[in-house]
Amino acid sequence: MDVISEFFSEYDGLGAFKTTIYLTLLSALLALLIGTVVAVMRVSPVRVLRSMGSAYVNIVRNTPLTLVIVFCNLGLFLQLGIQLADPNSPTSIDDNNFRLAVLGLSVYHAAFVAEAIRSGVNTVPLGQAEAARAIGLPFLKTLRYVVLPQAFRGAVAPLGNVLIALTKNSTVASVIGVTEASAVMKVMMENRPDVIFVVFGIFALGFVILTLPVGILFTSLSKRLAVKR
Amino acid sequence: MRQRIIAALGITVLAATGLTACGDETDAGGGTAGGDKLVVGIKYDQPGLGLKEGSNYTGMDVDVAKYVAKELGYEEGNVEFKESPSAQRESLLGNGQVKMIFATYSITDTRKEKVSFAGPYLVAGQDLLVKADNGDITGPEALNGKKLCSVTGSTSAQKVKDQFAKTVQLQEYDTYSKCVEALSSGAIDAVTTDNTILAGFAAQSANEGKFKVVGKTFSTERYGVGLKKGDTETCTKVNDALKKMVDSGEWQKAFDKNLGTAGLKLDPATNPPKTFDACA
Repeated sequence: MDVISEFFSEYDGLGAFKTTIYLTLLSALLALLIGTVVAVMRVSPVRVLRSMGSAYVNIVRNTPLTLVIVFCNLGLFLQLGIQLADPNSPTSIDDNNFRLAVLGLSVYHAAFVAEAIRSGVNTVPLGQAEAARAIGLPFLKTLRYVVLPQAFRGAVAPLGNVLIALTKNSTVASVIGVTEASAVMKVMMENRPDVIFVVFGIFALGFVILTLPVGILFTSLSKRLAVKR
Repeated sequence: MRQRIIAALGITVLAATGLTACGDETDAGGGTAGGDKLVVGIKYDQPGLGLKEGSNYTGMDVDVAKYVAKELGYEEGNVEFKESPSAQRESLLGNGQVKMIFATYSITDTRKEKVSFAGPYLVAGQDLLVKADNGDITGPEALNGKKLCSVTGSTSAQKVKDQFAKTVQLQEYDTYSKCVEALSSGAIDAVTTDNTILAGFAAQSANEGKFKVVGKTFSTERYGVGLKKGDTETCTKVNDALKKMVDSGEWQKAFDKNLGTAGLKLDPATNPPKTFDACA
């Protein structure tokens, strides 16, 4: 099975999966931030914020991810000239593409994170929020100290789903030239059509190794953290 | 209720088998008797070589395929074109979904382990596409510190980096048209792949006069006709047809029509090809 040793020596397959992991983790963090803000907007008492929140979710969630990522490169970078890396550095193309991909992935998945958190908010009984208001907490403090801590614990399982989807969706970044796992897979398939299924199998296995533990972890977390009512 | 579910399942199964039956009808076909269909794999997205515009197919690959099909005894109406993206070419041939492939398919030893090749019907080479007013990129050596574009999965850009210009930066997109877009906006300095493909893009009406092919090839790509492994019978026939096409001048006509307008100059020692590989 020389193709397996080629995976490590010639094609830097591990480096590619490392890029996939970085892409996933950075995008997950950013998506969690944006998504929380959007979710708060969607449950806020201000109507303008609520409609802005649902507009964001509906527009972004219904746009194909490939389109979002390609727009980040062709639209933001090529047409509008927005650079996320120093254009004179010797690795500007790679850095810029990577950061644009993180931006695209997090903006896209923020919509799903927001919906996951909103579903968590819905698990918190109305009485909790009413009690918080009754002791005089304003809206943001009600969220911060009463609703959101319980909402996140209820939203662990759907957030895990989003993280798994994000891991696999990060392969779309290859369309703008980020050398993550699927890009290296395409190179290997081009060069070794004789063992195309082995190549495919290696990368499929790689993704299973990345996503399966995440799924198990989030399932057990969701059981452990669930608010017993 | 249960009966209904069983009936629904049954219909699904029937529908599925019906679909596969349809698939059999468009099978690549073998004989040359009238009414038989020939399914040919081409690229749909390469101007000048294989391009689908509406229901029309144009390009050098398409014209050569049509000529060969005619020589093999298929009427023009019985030739069906099917898209064959690079990664799927071997399996499309292997499972018989297409009979032959004309899709900038370079003959290489690793590919020969999976498929057989007739041809070559054209010998291209890797080259660079730059803006028409660019004077400082004269060849792959001049790319140090520049930005070079190619498609994901192709080895052409990596080759430039390894062999000619160590400090070149590579941008990869999923299609060449995005590379050309980036080149026209100035975000990258050059696009690299086979000179035939580059010339096809340069000659598109939207890009006319904007780009030029540098014209200094640094590899040899021998475009073959992909066939199912071991199909020596078809291979011999295709080679005969190609020879006839070259001898009769039809090859030159097809070339002038599709790629000649782009000012592409192929190596006259190897084009049009006069000798073909032995069928094995």
